[in-house]
Amino acid sequence: MDGSTPHPIVLTPRDWDAHPPYRYPDYKSSVLRSPSLPLISLDESLKNRHAPVYGASRLGPLDHDLTRNAAKNGAPLGERIVVTGRVLDEGGRPVRNTLVEIWQANAAGRYVHQGDQHDAPLDPNFLGAGRCLTDGEGRYRFLTIKPGAYPWGNHANAWRTNHIHFSLFGDYFGSRLVTQMYFPGDPLLQLDPIFQGTPARARERLVSRFSLDATQEGYALGYEFDIVLRGAHQTPTE
Amino acid sequence: MPHLKQTPSQTIGPFFAYGLCPEQYNFELKSLFTPILAERHAAGQPITIEGRVYDGSGQAVNDAVIEMMQADAAGRYVQADADIEASGFKGFARVGTGTDPQARFMVETIKPGTTGAASAPHIDVIVMMRGMLLHAYTRIYFEEDTAAHSRDAVLAAVPPERRATLIARRLPYANRAAYEFNIYLQGPDETVFFDV
Repeated sequence: MDGSTPHPIVLTPRDWDAHPPYRYPDYKSSVLRSPSLPLISLDESLKNRHAPVYGASRLGPLDHDLTRNAAKNGAPLGERIVVTGRVLDEGGRPVRNTLVEIWQANAAGRYVHQGDQHDAPLDPNFLGAGRCLTDGEGRYRFLTIKPGAYPWGNHANAWRTNHIHFSLFGDYFGSRLVTQMYFPGDPLLQLDPIFQGTPARARERLVSRFSLDATQEGYALGYEFDIVLRGAHQTPTE
Repeated sequence: MPHLKQTPSQTIGPFFAYGLCPEQYNFELKSLFTPILAERHAAGQPITIEGRVYDGSGQAVNDAVIEMMQADAAGRYVQADADIEASGFKGFARVGTGTDPQARFMVETIKPGTTGAASAPHIDVIVMMRGMLLHAYTRIYFEEDTAAHSRDAVLAAVPPERRATLIARRLPYANRAAYEFNIYLQGPDETVFFDV
């Protein structure tokens, strides 16, 4: 799109009441890694720029199934779960054919990343990465293993609550979202500065819900996690 | 029309590499996005962009992820995945700062064209890292395009004394065109970040 051409789509603004601030001192590493000066507003053309479905042609057939996509000589250990939900915009419209990328720790709370020094076992049959495209109703679905909690250095006896990382693009440059999905009833949520850094009224949107509908009989419990991205306000065309 | 509320952002954390940039970090999974924004056969002038992300103590961050998006040499954005096969121009790159001993990121691309009369050649940048609860947007311009900078609507919105933080500097390499673009999260040279 030519940046100078008027476009009938106007993206909804970022809802600053929904997102954590850059600087949240209880989350220690935010202190030196947060911009200190106010953000500068951009004209409409950039945030409204349509972003194509990058990378879709390179998705593999098992990319959505973390219980099989890195298996070497058996199944990964831990509790199998289904994680599914819809990607919607603020008007409730499905965001179709959009890429959802996830990554997570294994059942023991250990990441395959070289930097993770937690003394819990790696699982030779589990990588912890997946991705898929949403369908015509904006729905995504992953099969995975419930991630474990793990200690981290933020404060004394600090443990990260069970979580799965999500990365989404949506249809616009301005709709990019990276977030984390949590599990209902997790006692560590009250103590987690990353979760608590989110405005109180918005926190519950990060907690998935147990769903018997999403549960696969005889196989795995289901959790539903809907994700709402910034979307288009359709304005009248001249 | 129902009004749903935006899902809050959360940090990418320190252990994103196998999920977001697996090939760069030598994990056995195909990368959907790489540090190559344009293949060498894509039309235009091949360039590389390299730089570091500095935290408020002046330390180079070795667990940041940078994403870049730009127009091709003719000023057009990629519209569909199918365009990429033919042109070699991907339009989008993702790179982590954890595989270089000096915590540099390096992206291969081509010099972007002009997308409109009030827009100088530029690359849009998304910055993410552990400690950052919400991704940040910034932008790369090129030092030689001074005339176009004076007409650029985005630069015009930036206080003059901060504009230099958005300008990539040509590196003095003899055999290739390379630019340095460092990102400072805080301090006297704090990079301009945008509310997109």
